[in-house]
Amino acid sequence: MSVSANQPEQSNPLRTSQDRRLPRIAGPSGLVIFGVTGDLSRKKLMPAVYDLANRGLLPPGFSLVGFARRDWADEDFCDVVHNSVKQYARTPFREEVWRQLAEGMRFVSGTFDDDEAFVNLRSTIDRLDKERGTGGNFAFYLSVPPKYFPTVVRQLKRHGLSEPPADSWRRAVIEKPFGHDLASAQELNQVVHEVFPPHEVFRIDHYLGKETVQNILALRFANTMFEPIWNRSYVDHVQITMAEDIGIGGRAGYYDGIGSARDVIQNHLLQLLALTAMEEPASFDADALVTEKLKVLHAVQLPEDLGRHTVRGQYTGGWQGGQKVAGYLDEDGIDRASVTDTYAAMRLEIDNRRWAGVPFYLRTGKRLGRRVTEIAIVFQTAPYSPFDTTDTQELGHNALVIRVQPDEGITVRFGSKVPGTQMEIRDVTMDFAYGESFTESSPEAYERLLLDVLLGDANLFPRHQEVERSWEILDPVEDFWAGHGRPEPYTAGTWGPKAADEMLARDGRSWRRP
Amino acid sequence: MNIDLTDTTSSQINAALVQARRAVGSAVGMVLTLVIVTDEGNHYDALKAASEASQEHPSRILVVIKRPGRSPRERANARLDAEVRVGGDVGNGETVLLRLHGELSAHAYSVVMPLLLPDAPVVVWWPEEAPGHPADDLLGTLAQRRITDAASTEDPVAALGLRARVYAPGDTDLAWTRITPWRSVLAAALDQKHAAISSAEVEGEEYNPSTELLALWLADRLGVPVERVVSPGPGITAVRLNVADGVICLDRPDGSLATLAVPGQPDRHVALHRRSTAELIAEELRRLDPDEAYAQAVRHGVGQLHKRPGQAQAVPAAQAAPGAEKPTRKAAAARAADGEQGKPEKKSGKQAEQPS
Repeated sequence: MSVSANQPEQSNPLRTSQDRRLPRIAGPSGLVIFGVTGDLSRKKLMPAVYDLANRGLLPPGFSLVGFARRDWADEDFCDVVHNSVKQYARTPFREEVWRQLAEGMRFVSGTFDDDEAFVNLRSTIDRLDKERGTGGNFAFYLSVPPKYFPTVVRQLKRHGLSEPPADSWRRAVIEKPFGHDLASAQELNQVVHEVFPPHEVFRIDHYLGKETVQNILALRFANTMFEPIWNRSYVDHVQITMAEDIGIGGRAGYYDGIGSARDVIQNHLLQLLALTAMEEPASFDADALVTEKLKVLHAVQLPEDLGRHTVRGQYTGGWQGGQKVAGYLDEDGIDRASVTDTYAAMRLEIDNRRWAGVPFYLRTGKRLGRRVTEIAIVFQTAPYSPFDTTDTQELGHNALVIRVQPDEGITVRFGSKVPGTQMEIRDVTMDFAYGESFTESSPEAYERLLLDVLLGDANLFPRHQEVERSWEILDPVEDFWAGHGRPEPYTAGTWGPKAADEMLARDGRSWRRP
Repeated sequence: MNIDLTDTTSSQINAALVQARRAVGSAVGMVLTLVIVTDEGNHYDALKAASEASQEHPSRILVVIKRPGRSPRERANARLDAEVRVGGDVGNGETVLLRLHGELSAHAYSVVMPLLLPDAPVVVWWPEEAPGHPADDLLGTLAQRRITDAASTEDPVAALGLRARVYAPGDTDLAWTRITPWRSVLAAALDQKHAAISSAEVEGEEYNPSTELLALWLADRLGVPVERVVSPGPGITAVRLNVADGVICLDRPDGSLATLAVPGQPDRHVALHRRSTAELIAEELRRLDPDEAYAQAVRHGVGQLHKRPGQAQAVPAAQAAPGAEKPTRKAAAARAADGEQGKPEKKSGKQAEQPS
């Protein structure tokens, strides 16, 4: 995406546009993580901070403040970060990088409603400005369950932490879920925006930080050979899949009552749909992108008969990948009568000139065949074939598949003659292995996103309008489901309930096996 | 998979590559051809670095090992031996070691040409002993990017002068690559508010062309006098930008952890480790367009160098007691001018890791 949406300072003599080697380094700043003892923080955020520092992208004096209920001193916090960095960081461990980082680590102990802790946080930040030259620039990362968002942001306001001193910034970073329906999302946005202005609120959708997702834009708008066929004249339909092989694990408390559609379709899949279907933005700055994404999201239409074109499912016990796994209702902490969906599929249409009549099938689920996320553009068959039907019996639809994870890359499927004296045409695939060849150095999504937060570059973050529009799309489906029966059962380790296959069969199509 | 071919031809090597790729079953999308021109003694380190870099840039690596031979009989016997390595521990992509015996060693072009990946960029890297004029070299003409290393020459500063004179778009030098971390920290420091800069100092090891390049870059970009100070090293040890209210100083005495001091702000540590050759090559391969910033910096010295040719006498004092007296950058440049009169390119014993 855009290389530098907002490089600070207009006239730094050492920077020129020809000098492409110089990376974007964040200005003096610090990061405060609430809920720093959580999994996400240990497995993703801390390693990402280290990897950024190791790549020389963090400013000298960068400081990391942890906030949690533990009774820790700065050194204990340092140890925890050290361990997580050693275990999870992508880049090799270097003592000097670690020293640079460790000097700026602070820990503030307390609960979210504890005024004293926030007074303490404030003085910690003031001290960091003096000792480390962070210049008053701080990002507050709320790695906490959403029910605590209001408490934390109000505390930040109350203690004057959300108000940036002159010539500095204060930013809030929040993780999904952004509410569980339109009303709650609006309420949440209101709470956060009361304290932080909308352009200082960064909503993390880690999918958007992935290289392949950013590559969708490069693929579509930097090339000429795809755009001419990227429309209803050539595309038959689009399938967007995000499948997980794991169950709900220890997330019963969060997951039950939320379900896969709210957990995945509302944010990740609709974002992928927007990037796949949107028109070319005027530029790659955040505003132009959000304009185009919103435009296409507003054109999204739900099917009229929700019963025929949406499906939800719930996994039952079975064998997956050689392991016996429990059904959803038998998982720890799940109500035996739960109607939460662990699988969701739906057909959406986009009412505009480019896509009218091209269905977009979205599906997601837990305990499916394997872990995979992909966008498949399935093309129409040739309008006329000079070959006999027997020759092309094995020929399917041409397809272009963007593999988001794992094994990031792009596959193109087309027909080719089978060697031999007969004319026989069969599908072959051509592979661009983005993931395979570049994994070692392609940065983790969180690295990119954290750096963008510090740089104030909002390109890869969904705006509140997008979040609200996505709920508008999903809410009627959830309402319909709530009033109509139970999720269809499907055996763990399969590709979802039969009803989902039937849903596509009714349209004369079938799901790809990803 | 390894295939050894003795007394072979380029087309047999191509056939072996196809065979090896089929056997391994790998279909990695290779993005460029990297040609390494070296000799028997140095090829191991260079290939190791390139293989590591190929993790990031899957490439076909052609290692051209010249063996002209010592005796007239050896010289008369032209022969091509090749070793094809695909898959396994050679990183992503394919590697071909080409041993050019006898007269053939003067005609590497004819061997390399048929082995280039179709329609993909070509990079030529001379880890040591670069030709005087890389862009005119027959192998060099094949390449979008020509990588030399001034630090591996007998007289690095002289080598820089030569590079500046023969610069053509696509040329680059590892001495320049080594200072990217320094340059990015300095640029980031100047992103913040600061008073006007009146002069600057760059301090580093004596035979370290990166120090000179950093000084040249600062002089060129800032338009202020820059002094080149000799220190015992390792590598570059400090940069001082004199501003109205003090000094912006980036100081790295130990080669790994630096301290950034800015007037009115607390001192801060910055990790500035000296990078391995593999990291340098990986950075080089990231961009294949002409490096105009390098051109500007390296050429900045040439003008200076012609203006004051007569200050070479300052040098002996500095050599006798490094750091005791500060020879100016201009003196260093003058030394460069002297060096060029002699043999500009000569191999030095040490290589592999000579970071900034």
